[in-house]
Amino acid sequence: MQTQTAGMGLTPQQVFRKQAAGESIHPDGQDVLQRHVLTVLVENGLGALNRVANLFSQRGFHLESVSVGEAKDQSLRRMTLVTTGNDRMIGQVLRQLNNLVDTIEVEDVTHLDHIERELCLVQVRCSASERHVLIGVVDIFRATVVNITPDSLTFEVTGPPAKVNAFIGMMRDYDVLEVARSGRVAMRRELAFEH
Amino acid sequence: MTTTSTLVERPTDLRKTQKSSEAAYQKDARIGGGLMTGAEIFIRSLEAEGVEIVFGYPGGAVIGIYDTMHRLNPTFKHVLVRHEQGGTHAAEGYAKSTGKVGTVLVTSGPGATNCVTGIADAYMDSIPLVVFTGQVPTKLIGNDAFQECDMIGVTRSITKHSFLVRDVRDLASTIKKAYYIAGTGRPGPVVVDLPKDMLMASAPFHYPTSVSIRGYSFVQKGNAQQIKLAAEMIQESKKPLFYVGGGTIISGAAEVLTRIARYTNIPVTTTLHGLGSFPENDPLSVGMLGMHGTWFANKAVQNTDLLIAVGARFDDRVTGKIEAWAPHAKIIHMDIDPACISKNVPANCPILGDVKLVLEQLEPLVEPKDTTDWMVQIEKWRTECPMDFKRDGKLRPQEIIRALRDKTGGHATVVTDVGQNQMWGAQFFTYIHPRTHITSGGLGTMGFSLPAAMGVAFGQKGGGLPVISINGDGGVLMNIQELGVAAAHKLPLKVVILNNSYLGMVRQWQELFHGERYSHTDLSTTNPDFVRLAEAFGCVGLRCERPEDIQATIDAAWEVHDRPVVMEFKVIMEEKVFPMVPSGATTDEMITASEEDIN
Ligand SMILES: Cc1cc2nc3c(=O)[nH]c(=O)nc-3n(C[C@H](O)[C@H](O)[C@H](O)COP(=O)(O)OP(=O)(O)OC[C@H]3O[C@@H](n4cnc5c(N)ncnc54)[C@H](O)[C@@H]3O)c2cc1C
Ligand SMILES: Cc1ncc(C[n+]2csc(CCOP(=O)(O)OP(=O)(O)O)c2C)c(N)n1
Repeated sequence: MQTQTAGMGLTPQQVFRKQAAGESIHPDGQDVLQRHVLTVLVENGLGALNRVANLFSQRGFHLESVSVGEAKDQSLRRMTLVTTGNDRMIGQVLRQLNNLVDTIEVEDVTHLDHIERELCLVQVRCSASERHVLIGVVDIFRATVVNITPDSLTFEVTGPPAKVNAFIGMMRDYDVLEVARSGRVAMRRELAFEH
Repeated sequence: MTTTSTLVERPTDLRKTQKSSEAAYQKDARIGGGLMTGAEIFIRSLEAEGVEIVFGYPGGAVIGIYDTMHRLNPTFKHVLVRHEQGGTHAAEGYAKSTGKVGTVLVTSGPGATNCVTGIADAYMDSIPLVVFTGQVPTKLIGNDAFQECDMIGVTRSITKHSFLVRDVRDLASTIKKAYYIAGTGRPGPVVVDLPKDMLMASAPFHYPTSVSIRGYSFVQKGNAQQIKLAAEMIQESKKPLFYVGGGTIISGAAEVLTRIARYTNIPVTTTLHGLGSFPENDPLSVGMLGMHGTWFANKAVQNTDLLIAVGARFDDRVTGKIEAWAPHAKIIHMDIDPACISKNVPANCPILGDVKLVLEQLEPLVEPKDTTDWMVQIEKWRTECPMDFKRDGKLRPQEIIRALRDKTGGHATVVTDVGQNQMWGAQFFTYIHPRTHITSGGLGTMGFSLPAAMGVAFGQKGGGLPVISINGDGGVLMNIQELGVAAAHKLPLKVVILNNSYLGMVRQWQELFHGERYSHTDLSTTNPDFVRLAEAFGCVGLRCERPEDIQATIDAAWEVHDRPVVMEFKVIMEEKVFPMVPSGATTDEMITASEEDIN
């Protein structure tokens, strides 16, 4: 049997490929993984939502959060997806999403000027005597009380995901009973006064 | 519903009821500006679409379509296959050899699930199919009704798209869309699920002449800037190499590719699916690359400075360990599917578009090149390790493939199964025309060849090239039932069984990588008598056990014109497929047959 083994060290083309893919060129370096926020306009209907969700499991992509709702055009839905990966993976996510017959528009808004919001409900155990302390804390986040019982409070907070994270972090000091997050919704910002 | 109970109570009224429903049906079609039942709309739509042949199998959910077919005598031919998987592969063979969309019609539940392998196969190999599956009536969907199966759910990740018809008024336009999506862009399978009530309900019939689907589009011409860049890269390169895949054949680009390669003196390697896109008897051809590609093709890949990928998808059976593949090459990548470009290897010059149009745009921009030094180097590799085999009086599969090539001069359509037979069929036939090599590459479906060859023969409608189906003794049994269909239709298939009494390809891995532990791959005691099996199906059966009988066996087979011939060749079981890049290894670690093996 004849065999040949490859030498070590990267050729210039191999370096180009790794950099283009967002992979490290050092043997034990880390790939640069980034979180991306995508907005996708899809046909209305379960079939379309199914196909988008299915794509992530079929192709082994990461999916951190999904939110779906009506878009301006009643026959469409706008989805906001949060995914992580290196450049090659994100490129694949975008192109595969685009390939679905049910998607009308796919946009990676991560590096565009965009607005991101998330809504969160947090239920905390809280006796009558503790209420004013807790309400003092949540006021700083402009959270509102949406339900109250003799021994619990439920807050609603809306804002960029970082604010929601911070709010949930603060609530950890108390006895949190339940958390429900909507997942992000995102939209490109229209700029009125560009120079 | 009420009709059914009447039937049960008064069975003698059966004929009368049928007649009166027929009369009602005809009345229906006359009044109301030509209302038609869903079943008739289905048939008229297929006719309007220009469908020539449907591979199908009836059942409760689609009985209405079969009944209507019986009454209307449609312009297309219906072939009753003997297993729905065989039907899908037949449709694939038809589609790959004609370039048209293949059509399958099956009932709900088991009829539909039997198609899953064929649908997955078509998805992996970009084959245009429309598969119509029956479904339980709309109001029973989700109730675990008799023979219900959520086909849309089951096939979601193996279809290009799918439709569930929920309104009979959408039936015709859905069929139009299905054929359009299946056949355009990067082709693929589309499933159309037809609830039974949709086939019984009525609507006016209008088959649309055009389609618009707002979420579906594909690029055709390439970006002129990118093509200019590609031409410059080609001009600058010293050791360029065309890496040609199945997309070239799909787009009908074989001719323009051949012209450009010859004009620029650039050598060509093809993938398994690219075989036939460039004549392998041309001195510029280095044959197939990849796991079982030629030594010289893989050497060329490892040394080229410019790889021009034309409708190829950088599959792992081609690249081996991807980090070490084509280490010195800049890459021009032409493909119609944006998700295929730079998926596995980032391209220096991506060109999105239909490769026929892209190559036609490129053609006027390229100049003849002097590649003499590069070709001399390639010829050295070619003589270092030519594609050859041992001639020692034992019956070896390679010699049989060569004899088939000599018999036909390469003017034949060869449909291979999966395993060693597939690789020998790829390596030793010398393909010269596009669409003459058909195989299951991406999914690697054993049992593909026989029904697919049948589909090819149906597509040729009696004329055309001889159709040769090459099989192993394992895979041929996986859809052997279709032999009866081929016989019933008097198809003159030449069915070759390379009987090595083993699941040969698995045995090869066991020998090389698993300490010669032949776990569950020995078929010698369980194989049937293939000659008698052929005869039982109404075919001619021939057996050959010695190399000196190969020619006579083939000659005898070519004398038969009115039915399939099965040629069983009792080949030696030790023969292995070489060269080989072991799974997961780098292309430089390619193993070749040892000296004694060759001479
Ligand atoms: C046992 C076994 C061994 C194998 N060994 C090998 C081997 O040694 N070598 C080998 O090559 N393969 C081998 N294969 C096959 C392999 O698994 C892949 O199926 C094959 O390599 C893929 O071929 P391809 O790249 O030509 O792509 P295909 O699967 O043919 O895909 C076609 C490509 O063309 C694109 N395309 C389609 N239409 C157009 C158009 N109009 N314009 C532009 N682009 C278009 C598609 O988007 C896609 O990217 C083996 C398979 C088996 C089962
Ligand atoms: C449906 C299916 N099952 C299993 C396999 C795995 N497999 C690949 S090649 C092979 C052996 C094929 O044996 P045979 O048909 O005799 O052909 P040979 O390799 O001997 O030519 C097997 C089992 C497959 N590809 N397809």
